[in-house]
Amino acid sequence: MSEILDLTAAAAGAAVRSGELGASELFEFYRQRAQDDQLNAFTWVAEATPGEAAIDGPLSGVPLAVKDLFCTKGIVSQSGSRILEGFRPPYSATVVEQLENAGAPLFAKTNQDEFAMGSSNENSAFGPVFNPWDVTRVPGGSSGGSAAAVAAGSAPWALGTDTGGSIRQPASFCGIVGLKPTYGAVSRYGMIAFASSLDQAGVLTRDVTDAALLLSEMVGRDPRDSTSLEYPGSLVLPTGRDLSGIRLGVPEELTEGVEGIEPGVRAVFDDALRTAESMGATVETCRLPHAPHALSAYYLIAPAEASANLSRYDGVRFGLRVEGDGDLKEMYERTRSAGFGPEVKRRIMLGTYALSSGYYDAYYGRAQRVRTKIAEDFNTAFESFDFIVTPTSPSVAFKLGARTADPLAMYLSDYFTVPMSLAGIPAISIPAGLSEGLPVGLQIAGPAFSEQRILEAAYALEGAFAFDASGARRSGSK
Amino acid sequence: MTTSYEPVIGLEIHVQLSTKTKMFCACELSFGEQPNSRTCPVCLGMPGTLPVVNARAIDFGLLIGLALGSEIAPRSIFHRKNYFYPDLPKGYQISQFDIPLCLGGRLGEVAIHRVHLEEDAAKLTHQGTSGRINDADSSVVDFNRGGTPLVEIVTEPDIYSAAQAREWLTLLRTTLRQLGVSDVNMEEGSLRCDANISIRPVGETTLGTKTELKNMNSFRFIERGIDAEIARQVALVEAGQTVAQETLHFDPASGTLTSLRSKEDSHDYRYFPEPDLVPIVVTQAMLAQAHAALPELPAQRAQRFELDFALTAEIARMLAFRTELGDYFEAAVGSRDCDDPAAIASWVTGELVARLGDGDPGDSKVTPQALSKLVGLVSTKQLTSGAGKSVLDRLVADGGDPAAVMESEGLAAMDSGDELAEAVADAIAANPDAVAKLRDGKEQAIGALIGHVMRETKGRADGGEVTRLVREQLGL
Amino acid sequence: MIDRDAVLHVAALARLELNSEEVERMAAELSAVLGHIEKISELDLEGVEPTSRVVELENVLRPDIPQPSLPVEVALAQAPAVSGGGFSVPGSGA
Repeated sequence: MSEILDLTAAAAGAAVRSGELGASELFEFYRQRAQDDQLNAFTWVAEATPGEAAIDGPLSGVPLAVKDLFCTKGIVSQSGSRILEGFRPPYSATVVEQLENAGAPLFAKTNQDEFAMGSSNENSAFGPVFNPWDVTRVPGGSSGGSAAAVAAGSAPWALGTDTGGSIRQPASFCGIVGLKPTYGAVSRYGMIAFASSLDQAGVLTRDVTDAALLLSEMVGRDPRDSTSLEYPGSLVLPTGRDLSGIRLGVPEELTEGVEGIEPGVRAVFDDALRTAESMGATVETCRLPHAPHALSAYYLIAPAEASANLSRYDGVRFGLRVEGDGDLKEMYERTRSAGFGPEVKRRIMLGTYALSSGYYDAYYGRAQRVRTKIAEDFNTAFESFDFIVTPTSPSVAFKLGARTADPLAMYLSDYFTVPMSLAGIPAISIPAGLSEGLPVGLQIAGPAFSEQRILEAAYALEGAFAFDASGARRSGSK
Repeated sequence: MTTSYEPVIGLEIHVQLSTKTKMFCACELSFGEQPNSRTCPVCLGMPGTLPVVNARAIDFGLLIGLALGSEIAPRSIFHRKNYFYPDLPKGYQISQFDIPLCLGGRLGEVAIHRVHLEEDAAKLTHQGTSGRINDADSSVVDFNRGGTPLVEIVTEPDIYSAAQAREWLTLLRTTLRQLGVSDVNMEEGSLRCDANISIRPVGETTLGTKTELKNMNSFRFIERGIDAEIARQVALVEAGQTVAQETLHFDPASGTLTSLRSKEDSHDYRYFPEPDLVPIVVTQAMLAQAHAALPELPAQRAQRFELDFALTAEIARMLAFRTELGDYFEAAVGSRDCDDPAAIASWVTGELVARLGDGDPGDSKVTPQALSKLVGLVSTKQLTSGAGKSVLDRLVADGGDPAAVMESEGLAAMDSGDELAEAVADAIAANPDAVAKLRDGKEQAIGALIGHVMRETKGRADGGEVTRLVREQLGL
Repeated sequence: MIDRDAVLHVAALARLELNSEEVERMAAELSAVLGHIEKISELDLEGVEPTSRVVELENVLRPDIPQPSLPVEVALAQAPAVSGGGFSVPGSGA
């Protein structure tokens, strides 16, 4: 069995195709691993392994774990929230359907921060997830369950979503690959919304090849999502060997004199840049003048959209209801107060305030203008650079409970990831090394629809970093 | 000294579009189906679902904009309008806010402020279960109607009486019906009207405090409701009180107005651009298609009737503002059995409407050709107008050819021969009192003599001829 | 800078019931976050267009062709309370 555990998803798929490994055997292997999970990474695991099905799709029967917030037909989908207690949608998310059709059957759903609001996976109605590198630490969030499951080898690969860093930051904390595609590249239909103009589905995988393989079956226009786009060209498995001629930009505003960037993280990042140079890349400082304001804009735009997106949880058509004394308003208030956790309430309050009469222009309107400037900054930077690189997070995985009392400190862990989200551009996090024995991610961001080029560069660097994540795989499960 | 007041009225009209599917999902529109049988994850506001705009709703919106002479926004967007209510599944309504599809315009004498697209709310039915007041009462929501495409038309405060409001709404309804964009049925809710009403002393130009009269569901109630509200405001002001800004409901049964409890947060809708939708950019092709689909509209038709058929403005509008009357009139004129369109118009709007009420004459037993023949018989004095009305009664009841009815009923006009002279002589002999008065110069006494002749001839006699013969025989 | 009354007003708009301890905490936390966010007021954004979406798409429209609706029992299956073929909700009176 340990042989299966050591296979990447692409390798496992190849083994299934060549007949060395049965698709049912593979499914059952991960189903068992997920059931034995000690990290609280899963909210649902398939009860049985389906009979041997014809695996002719390009994903060759490699089973898939998806974040709870993807609607899955007939299977509880709560987005980590009590307010959706027992909700079994009569439909599946487009991307889940696409991947099932491509030969990646759903075998488990993963834990997450409630409605994807959080950076530590501590805001879940299902309880916190533990980091397989050190179970006293958080796995990051909001796709913490997906990241922990892949890192611990209890899922071959997983879907997550990224609104301000929710794929990249947990990938960094758990020592795996996480890719957030261009906004609009993947359908949002059936993804329980947090912030509609920022939410994007993406992948959490063991390596860059798996990321390319899984993503290649996800992109494309969906007639059910008005904001989805036809993907220009197609995605193929990366083969990049060096970085010759690649110009990497290190944004001065994000990396110089930033408080809270850990020295160990800085050291891994600097090493990574030297490695890149040795592979033929040029590394120079670049300017993203408005990036320091990204977090402020993000914490107005995302909560504002969320405040509306979460109004549908009213105890009428699905999910939790808590009756009052017979009055409608009371039912609404009791249901929502009992159903939402503290962080969700905080963001609903913040968003409602930012949109309310008299404050719109000062807050929401201004934030949208900052967003314009941030996108312009990136466009300008990409005239001179192929990619922008930063550490994925200012810190390594922190201790459980370390930041729960201070929302602002928690929000600051998205410092490097939020600007790309606001600009809607793709970015990947790959493990670049260790600090204090914990993984540190390198973020590579490129212009819209540059996923293939990002994957090529990431693939080349991955080979050079030779990051060993096998230890975490053996610790996460019995 | 008394001040007289002038009301100022603006209307907000919600029109359900007669598309096949809802505004943002592919559920079919509902016409009284089983509750919640026309719903899907999108119109139930289920998590993760997304709206997609119905192309035909945009086309219909453009048609309305062109018909009202609005400026079409080159790029319009949708907003979210946030409030909680069980008939609103997402907790926000997708509507248009600062950039509506159509801006400005005019219909008849009334200027249009804006026209925008949005989605309808679901139907909430109150269901008192316990019978006790304020306890355990509940409502039931049916989402069949939820998400039906709506166009909201807002006028400028350009209307100055309840009767004018009613007449203008009739014009709007006919226009929309002619466009084929809505069933425009007030009773069924496909046309709904709110009125903003204020009063001011005659001669003033500033507007007084306005009240909003909600959801009146028939043309008659709109007129009565507005009149009641104007009277209420005038009484308040004359008693030295002020009009409060509030929303009112008119109860047509009792004729009373009740204030609707204002929601504490009703005016903080927290509008923001809908991130799930992209802008609507009206292309030249879309505009060209709408222009090509634009039929002749009632206001244009009235003008054409006036010019081509020498009708009075009033009669031309009566015909054009009721599409079915205009169609009937044109068919009658086209049958060429009568070369006097003005006479046909007057018979259609007068005698025929008096007999058919709001019914469509096209559905009656009187064919346009029959009516045209009838008017022709009257115009050529083969039939008196009185006898013509009797023929029309028969045509309405049984149909048929007017000439045949005239023959079989013996209603043909008498010519000025011996028979009529004899009838006049009989009348003179039978009414000595009237003859005496007439000789004394009391002209109106002739009425008794004419009446007598008409009775005896079943109205076949020509009134003018009778008068001439009476005078002749009495040597006056 | 966001006080108790503001918290209560916003909570009412958002249909959240907060106990007095939550109100106090919310006031403090929101003030801290808004204090940080406030920095964007220093930026000169004169003449900058707002961005509400990053995709440059327009006229994404759906043909007016009906698709099957959900069976009634499926539509109602997730509802906490059902009555007379519809979603039952408490009255807004009382």
